[in-house]
Amino acid sequence: MVGFSKINTQLSNFLIELGDLAYFTSRYFRETLKRPFEFRELMRQCYNMGNRSLLLVGITCFIIGLVLDLQTRPTLMEFGAVSWMPSMVSISIVREIGPIITALVCAGRIGSGIGAELGSMRVTEQIDAMEVSGTNPFKFLVVTRVTAVTLMLPILVIIGDGIALVGSFLVENLKGNVSFTLYFNQVFDSIAYGDIIPATIKSFFFGLAIGIVGCYKGYYCAKGTEGVGKAANSAVVISSLLLFIIDFMAVFVTDIFYDL
Amino acid sequence: MKASKNIINTDVVLQIKGLKKSFGDNHVLKGFNLTLLQGENLVIMGKSGSGKSVMIKCLVGLMEADSGSITVMQNDITKLTQDALDILRADIGFLFQGSALYDSMTVRENLEFPLRRHTKKFGTNSNSEALVIEALTNVGLAHAVDLMPSELSGGMKRRVALARTLILQPKIILYDEPTSGLDPITAKEIIILMQDIQKKYNTSSLIITHDVDCARVISDRMLLLIDGINYAEGTFDELSVSKDPKVKAFFKN
Repeated sequence: MVGFSKINTQLSNFLIELGDLAYFTSRYFRETLKRPFEFRELMRQCYNMGNRSLLLVGITCFIIGLVLDLQTRPTLMEFGAVSWMPSMVSISIVREIGPIITALVCAGRIGSGIGAELGSMRVTEQIDAMEVSGTNPFKFLVVTRVTAVTLMLPILVIIGDGIALVGSFLVENLKGNVSFTLYFNQVFDSIAYGDIIPATIKSFFFGLAIGIVGCYKGYYCAKGTEGVGKAANSAVVISSLLLFIIDFMAVFVTDIFYDL
Repeated sequence: MKASKNIINTDVVLQIKGLKKSFGDNHVLKGFNLTLLQGENLVIMGKSGSGKSVMIKCLVGLMEADSGSITVMQNDITKLTQDALDILRADIGFLFQGSALYDSMTVRENLEFPLRRHTKKFGTNSNSEALVIEALTNVGLAHAVDLMPSELSGGMKRRVALARTLILQPKIILYDEPTSGLDPITAKEIIILMQDIQKKYNTSSLIITHDVDCARVISDRMLLLIDGINYAEGTFDELSVSKDPKVKAFFKN
């Protein structure tokens, strides 16, 4: 009976948290449409999140491109299908690997950053100070950050995809003596709008999930430095898990459209 | 230092009646009452966890009271809309215990921040630069305008926070432990600054403190918050000679 009661409590806590998160998300959409629009702060956040994540995303995607090509090459060679490398790598990267890897990197960098920053602002009463001064802290802190990460993630994904393809090309060039023109001609021949558009749309949702979870955890952070650490940690864990759930749903929906 | 003689009249600027606030089974405030007059410095003392900070947060709408009324300049804040409350907040300054300066902004941006929402109070053509410099000059830190909060000492942070509170020219200032965490000399400087501001702008002040020296110097009247109610009330001199053991405990040093 004790075990059942514990499960019951955990389940109810989970459902309460889920409800709070849903309310937080709906408040984000309501506040986004209200004046005043904090354009200056939004631009500052876009710069912080986009520009400062670029190097990390670039390095990660470059290595992924290299590794993917190196790992796949021997298998394709066995079947005499090594000429399919550019097509195979580009479709894998554009449809799946590029968006999910970029989103995971951003969940680690941006999600934890937002969670820790807002958490520390909550603990040191900076959010209260904003509210007392008559400014809506939700609009100034949450709306700008969530919007910035939602807008920046698809851009980072597109750049990351490009860099990953360059990584893959380098392997092809060194091992198979494939020229730049040949490689990228094959890449663009094999990629269709049906690959790029669903991947870009799901990247917006990835960004939204990272921003909402990071802001939610930071904004309602428990008192004390321990609370800030937990907010940053759980922002990364929950948003990473959410990314895979969103990815699965996106692939499922895209598959339905392909079948039509 | 002797208590300053402030120009106090009988106009009530702030009144709390029967304020109750509980967190689960923990009943923090059990019918707290308070009246603050125009130009008065009212000091509230109480043990840690007695509900002083909860009371002050209910007063500015940061926390919702369970019951009771809070009237600030004829406005019952428990019944105001969010917009009306935000406008009223321009007349209530709040100095936070830990200063609560915005880490990512310079001192100038910290002071400009409250002005963005209250342009109507000063007119849309108001010169924010002049207001920032005036507020910083009042606290003796005009030279620190471009520094980041991380570059300031504890005392300087408290002064900048006071300047940020003053920039909207509030009619009431709420001080939450204004001298806590400061060395005695800096604490004394902050107390003098509070007195100067009170004289210059004739503000009404509600000061929450544990610092008996601060209370002695600055209070026109004192209120002891014990067990969730206003347990004792009077001037510093009256309360400091009280025979009540709970009251004596605050003044035994």
